[in-house]
Parts: sequence; C-alpha cells; structure tokens
Amino acid sequence: MAEDDEDRADALFHALADRTRRDILRRVLAGEHSVSALAAGYEMSFAAVQKHVAVLERAGLITKRRNGREQLASGDVAAVRSVGSMLTELEHVWRGRISRIDELIAADDTTDNEES
Amino acid sequence: MPVTDVSHDMDTLTLTIVAEFAAPVERVWQVYADPRQLERVWGPPSYPATVVDHDLRPGGRMTYYMTSPEGEKYAGYWEIATVDEPTGFTFDDGFAHEDFTPNPALPVSHNEYRFAAHDGGTRATYVGTYPSADALQTVLDMGVVEGASSAINQIDALLAP
Repeated sequence: MAEDDEDRADALFHALADRTRRDILRRVLAGEHSVSALAAGYEMSFAAVQKHVAVLERAGLITKRRNGREQLASGDVAAVRSVGSMLTELEHVWRGRISRIDELIAADDTTDNEES
Repeated sequence: MPVTDVSHDMDTLTLTIVAEFAAPVERVWQVYADPRQLERVWGPPSYPATVVDHDLRPGGRMTYYMTSPEGEKYAGYWEIATVDEPTGFTFDDGFAHEDFTPNPALPVSHNEYRFAAHDGGTRATYVGTYPSADALQTVLDMGVVEGASSAINQIDALLAP
C-alpha cells in the first residue's frame, strides 16, 4: 500500500513539476475545456499540449471524455483537494469578501466630502 | 487585517469567520441592505455578482447570479429566515435555475450573520453550515472558482523553491 502511495506521489510531483501543466490544471479545474481550446493558449504544438494533458491524466489530476471529434478535459478537483482543505478554500473565498467589504467601507471617507 | 478569527468544524461542516470593520454596525448592515453594495462584495471582480430580487425581511428572497470569466451565469438565491436589523440575519443560500427557481438537486447551506459594536467599530461573525462533504464540494465547484484556484495554489506553495 505504502509503495502505491509513493508511486502516486511520484506521478503527482512529476505532473506538477512543469509550469505549463500547472497552468493547464488551473484552467481545467475552473471548468471543462477541449484540448484544442487549451492548446490555443500556448506557444506550442497541439501534440505537445496533448502530451501534457496525458501526463496530468496519468497522475489522476484530470479526466478526459470524448464528445464527437473533441477531447474534453476537466480537472478532478477531488484529487487535488482533500476533504480537510475544502473549508480552507471556503475561508479563502470569505477572506476575499471581507476585504471587499473593508474597501467599500473605507471608500465612504472619500465620498463623505461630496455629500456636504 | 480585518479577519480576526477563523474556525473550521470538520464534524458539523461549519465555517465561522470573525472580522472587524472600522465602521458602525449600521454601516455594515447597509452593505447587506443595499443590493448594489452587496453585489460589489459578494463575488470577486473576476466573477461579478448581480443581485436581482432583494427583500431582506423574514420570509423574503434575494436572488443573484454570478458571471464567470467565460460568460457563464450561475444563479443562486437566499431565503431569509430571521432578521434583526441592524445586528444580523439568518438565511439559507442555495443554487437556482436560470429563472431563479431553487434547484433542489444542489445543496443548501445555512448561514448566520451577526454584527455587534466592538472597540468603536463592528465585529461581524459569519457562520456557514453545509449539509455534507459532498455538498461542500459542490458549493466549491459551482462558481466558487477562487476555491479551485486556491487548491492548486496550495500545491504551488508546496513546490515553490
């Protein structure tokens, strides 16, 4: 079992050791993308992007499905995210909201002068 | 740093966040009472929120949608349970179809927001409770994209030299 975990960790780190692959993973975690749409974003051949996608797929980070002639890739968020990290992600969302409230309130001071 | 305390309860799937704002309670209440202010703070700039209906009264409804960078719209609704102006309110937050009817296939979270005068400003306590780990996962998948990117940022942090 432990050996399997080590193999998986190897595949995971290998997959994430490349900047383009991390970028692809970010994009497919946000939503399903066709491999050709992904390829349009990089200065490399479609085949090269396809290879990157295959590495991510072998690491269990993304899943692919066929839709007619298209290959659609989506990020396997569960593989990237442990259950324990989900509340942390939500916290991150909340921190964003709270800083926006803070900015909104702070902007009052600059508009007060116009009201007088 | 306005966030002063965060607690995660893994057993009840509850996130509690305490923040302190340099403004009176009434001012913080206004953020929620005014739909134009609420939509400015609810979604990130990359995922702007648009509030459509806004009735912050017991039994009232608030409907909104968020627009993804790709132009996809994700609709949601708040069903207001209790209101104690200006010190807080409780509501259920769920996902909706495009016509804003609730989508029962997707999870509903229960939320309690409280605002109290503290140190010349306001201490806000936000409590959100999710029905299951799957629900939490769905909430994060459905338009809370900051979440997905933070998951990958954690990996980036791990790999940073």
